[in-house]
Amino acid sequence: MSAVYILWLRQLKRYFRSRSRMIGSLGQPLMFLLALGFGFGPMYQKAGGGSYLQFLAPGIIAMGILFSAVFSGMEIIWDRQFGFLKETLVAPVSRFKIILGRILGGATVALIQGILVLAICFIVGFRVENLMLIPVALCFMFLIAVLCAAVGTAIASVLEDMQGFQLIMNFLIMPLFFFSNALFPLEGLPKVLRFVIHLNPLSYGIDGLRGSLTHGFHFGLGFDFVILNIVAVILVGVGSYLFSLIQI
Amino acid sequence: MIEVKDLTKNFGDFCAVNHIFFSVPKGTIFGFLGPNGAGKTTTIKMLTTTLKPTSGTMSVDGHNPVTQQHAVRRSFGIVFQDPSLDDELTAYENMELHGVLYGVPSLKRREGIERLLKFVELWDRQGHFVKHFSGGMKRRLEIARALLHEPKILFLDEPTLGLDPQTRNHIWSYIKNLRDRQNVTVFFTTHYMEEADRVADKLAVIDHGKIVAEGSPQSLKERAKTQSLEDAFIALTGHAIRDEESSASDRMRMTRKIWRGR
Repeated sequence: MSAVYILWLRQLKRYFRSRSRMIGSLGQPLMFLLALGFGFGPMYQKAGGGSYLQFLAPGIIAMGILFSAVFSGMEIIWDRQFGFLKETLVAPVSRFKIILGRILGGATVALIQGILVLAICFIVGFRVENLMLIPVALCFMFLIAVLCAAVGTAIASVLEDMQGFQLIMNFLIMPLFFFSNALFPLEGLPKVLRFVIHLNPLSYGIDGLRGSLTHGFHFGLGFDFVILNIVAVILVGVGSYLFSLIQI
Repeated sequence: MIEVKDLTKNFGDFCAVNHIFFSVPKGTIFGFLGPNGAGKTTTIKMLTTTLKPTSGTMSVDGHNPVTQQHAVRRSFGIVFQDPSLDDELTAYENMELHGVLYGVPSLKRREGIERLLKFVELWDRQGHFVKHFSGGMKRRLEIARALLHEPKILFLDEPTLGLDPQTRNHIWSYIKNLRDRQNVTVFFTTHYMEEADRVADKLAVIDHGKIVAEGSPQSLKERAKTQSLEDAFIALTGHAIRDEESSASDRMRMTRKIWRGR
């Protein structure tokens, strides 16, 4: 277990030492929050949806976690090319422990990032409806983080270098975000879009997060929780399998 | 300590290592020489469990690197050809991480880190970030790190590449000292023939995946009827210049330069 711990600790240290990264990755969620939150706010209000900011904030928090966790997972590519990965791969530690340490490390970093985004949401006027449910929200945030970090590690285990990065960005990460319930409610959407959103595991994370912070659940707390756990276990499994295939 | 029989590795239809045999007795400093692309690093990768051979058998400290990976991994320390430190951590943290990964108990770990960092003269820099270290300091730190779990075998893949003569001398004197005091078996590769001549007890020369000569530095020179090991090496492997294809790592190095400070 100590091997998992030290790899987890390594990622946290790297995160806290790189302020530019910490602040840089807050930029994108902040932009979405301000531009969309206040830009579409009046329209949303007119359509009878209430405060758009209240609706949007959980989606933006999830987005912050998504990006941060996937990138943390993908740091394996840098480690692989710049040597550190070799150090862990020749150590007498099972590949599963290595990957677990990395996923948990990446997920913790993403969770902290998510909490920072939550704090920003508060500053611009977002209000939590039931403070008692904050632990539930944190739990969902962590689950989203684990899931996305596992996706990142799985990708990084397959990609040889950063050339494929744009591809992943445009054909995986962006669609995961846009084809989810992060930006708009599900009511009245075209059938195909609804179907796609239902297939996207991130939707259940956002629903859980939104449900516990503000609006109540669309799919239901228990359902969200079960789906996320199942998907997270599967992805951690896939990630560690792909990681175990790495030869250096 | 290391026993290799009929070892072969094919990448597609390219044969990187072609039915080689050699053995390294305990406490020997063994030099594995060869031009670029001859199969040195591929052999090290197979011995150190990161690459599976196509055929043949190996034994490292009495264990099989294919089927008994954990036992083999515990038995050796390695300094790779390319750096493998975490730049964003301090020297001490790099050592600590290694110690924990190898399950060195905490008291022993602390003592070991202090002893080894003093040994490579980096103790007063223990709290500095590795990214501020020079090439020679990084190498010394990697050697210290590779010794922390008290391995029986030390693999050094071009440990002195790109270092000045002072640092090279320094590093070799550490390594000889280590063998003399702790009877560690050392398996190294290098392109500096005068180094190999000076420090190795036994050499093997590999070319195009085949071992073309084996023996003490003296016996190789006698066999090739040359004065220096460099001439013997050229006589054994020919004058043609070898090209290696650029790997993903090389391309990444470029990208990394552009991405610095991300």
